[in-house]
Amino acid sequence: MSEGAPEVKRALVAGHADFAAGLLSAVEMISGRGGVLIPIQVTGLCGGDIEALLKRTLEEHGVRVIFTDLQAGSCTMAARRVQREVAGVVLVAGANLPMLLDFVLSRDDDVVAAAMSAADKGRGSVNVFGGPA
Amino acid sequence: MTLVLNRIDDRLIHGQVVVGWGQPLDVRFIVLVDDTVAGSDWEQELYRMGVPPEMEVRFHSADDAVHHLDAYRAQAEPGILVTGDIATMRKLVASAGVREVNVGGIHHRAGRVQHLRYVFLTAAEQESLRELASLGAVVTAQDVPAARAVPLEELLTSREVA
Repeated sequence: MSEGAPEVKRALVAGHADFAAGLLSAVEMISGRGGVLIPIQVTGLCGGDIEALLKRTLEEHGVRVIFTDLQAGSCTMAARRVQREVAGVVLVAGANLPMLLDFVLSRDDDVVAAAMSAADKGRGSVNVFGGPA
Repeated sequence: MTLVLNRIDDRLIHGQVVVGWGQPLDVRFIVLVDDTVAGSDWEQELYRMGVPPEMEVRFHSADDAVHHLDAYRAQAEPGILVTGDIATMRKLVASAGVREVNVGGIHHRAGRVQHLRYVFLTAAEQESLRELASLGAVVTAQDVPAARAVPLEELLTSREVA
């Protein structure tokens, strides 16, 4: 992408408090590709308003992938409801930094395939070092 | 143990309920009282999906729940009762012995005024909360266990600018 050209949006990131903004900040710092993600802030919104916000943002940007934080979270619940209304939406719950980095750096034009690959990356990126002696 | 929390939360089952309260209280079941959810298999599956396998979710309409709360209070393991609105909780206070009410989340909607970060109320809803108290319930607002429980009168006189 040429310098200064607007980046094509590829996914929403939604979660509790400043989860999305925080992750996007880290993605941008590491990859310079934070602009392909759209952060969604839902503090103070009821479930219906979260659903409406997700749906409206998907439509505005022609995006079909949503990353959320907790499987039990309001954003995940709202995204599941959006999936019921809008065909072809892919939801990845449990997003983390390695997952989003894999997604934004993917060269796959198929965003669904990129999301699947990113989910695998995120799932496999948890390691524990050290522990009880 | 018993129902350790009787919560009004328009998001029903979500992160604060499952993780924020559920883990420290070692909650083993959630009683979700909501007429819409009680009548929809799809909605019930959605909420079941959000809880860990060791946590059970029971669904009731408001009318139906009145007949089951005593049994839930007699359970050996701790549980949480959740309603999505004040009116449903009012029925459980008036007819099913609920004596402590946690206002956990009533979010922004046209006509509501913000009292706390997570509580927005119309004038009618303020009166409804006072009515819960007049029926004998202790009403406090508290989103997560680590937060302070805000007494009803303080909640109603608080104003927060978004």
